[in-house]
Amino acid sequence: MAKTTARDVLFDPVFKNNPIALQVLGICSALAVTTKMETAFVMCVAVILVTGFSSASVSLTHRVAGIPGSIRIIVQMTIIASLVIVVDQLLKAFAFTISQQLSVFVGLIITNCIVMGRAEGFAMKNPPGFSFLDGVGNGLGYSLMLIVVAFFRELLGSGSLFGHKVASLSSEVVGSTADASGVVQQVMGWYVPNGLMLLPPSAFFIIGLSIWALRTWRPEQVEKE
Amino acid sequence: MQEHISLFVKAVFIENLALAFFLGMCTFLAVSKNVKTAMGLGLAVIVIQGITVPANNVIFQHLLKPGALAWTGAAQLADVDLTFLGLISYIGVIAAMVQILEMALDRYFPPLYNTLGIFLPLITVNCAILGGSLFMVQRDYDFVQSVEYGFGSGFGWALAIVLLAGIREKLKYSDVPNGLRGLGITFITVGLMAMAFMSFSGIKL
Repeated sequence: MAKTTARDVLFDPVFKNNPIALQVLGICSALAVTTKMETAFVMCVAVILVTGFSSASVSLTHRVAGIPGSIRIIVQMTIIASLVIVVDQLLKAFAFTISQQLSVFVGLIITNCIVMGRAEGFAMKNPPGFSFLDGVGNGLGYSLMLIVVAFFRELLGSGSLFGHKVASLSSEVVGSTADASGVVQQVMGWYVPNGLMLLPPSAFFIIGLSIWALRTWRPEQVEKE
Repeated sequence: MQEHISLFVKAVFIENLALAFFLGMCTFLAVSKNVKTAMGLGLAVIVIQGITVPANNVIFQHLLKPGALAWTGAAQLADVDLTFLGLISYIGVIAAMVQILEMALDRYFPPLYNTLGIFLPLITVNCAILGGSLFMVQRDYDFVQSVEYGFGSGFGWALAIVLLAGIREKLKYSDVPNGLRGLGITFITVGLMAMAFMSFSGIKL
């Protein structure tokens, strides 16, 4: 696959070569943050920034300094860890509640295989500009998957999106009616939230099913027997 | 004694790193195609986790924690807070430990080195290892607790990957719909396993 135009480099990873669905990268740290759209969204932004800039800097240091192969992993690790610390500190300063919810998972971006995988697989061989786009593109592909999972989990699990109520829950009172004899009755919401969606296993099911959907749409991604 | 055992059991079953926190998923899915390699990787994770979590605990308690540098005696160091250096030092410790263990095994236990072989370097970027250290810091374990948590969580991860490998070996012979073959069905299997492990969460320790 010859990656020539900037557009291809940026958008190929989104559907054609999705890091989660096809390359099996970066599933690790992310699934626990998808119970709500909001945390998933912040996580996506953080990962896009880190992959983009780490790919660019790895490519730049490789070009300029000519890092020998034996210490490149340590150099990459240091670059990535520094970027993640910056993101972590920024989140703590400007979005403290969300950074509390994400807990250790911001730190785990360091060992997110997407970041390492793209630094090793693409940025070492390509100029900084393209590497940046490749990093951002892979970040976007990852985000797409994360947002899809978070959308279903939040909608079905708590009947809301980005914290806004979409369906009225059966556990809350939405109004009251009085019947002919004057007895007032409370009206409950219609939606019974699916508690499983808030628990870990549902993320696996949703990803498994979305991979199925993606591969049915693009049959060339089906694994050979 | 009671609480030490319960911390270990909790780390293995209730807070299983792979199935309750999704950590180490990349290697979990990639290296679980057969039981033998899964066993090797699991063993390597137990060893590394059992060493790095206590090592990072020492670093956190005596160097990074707010006020941890008080033992130096210097007044201006007494209330220095270095926690922001945490991530970079933990990953440094992990990378160094993996390297040292690799050399030590190569020199003194060649058979074990040959079994673990290629898995050792892979472990540096295994999120379960870094995750273990970060949870240890977050929950403020002391040294003894960190040893138990390290071995317990490593053992839990190893157990999960060996179980998954066992299922996947049998799964090879089944007729799975085209689009779902390989990765898709593996995800769903892991989901079912996570559900099974959830039943442990009802246990109060």
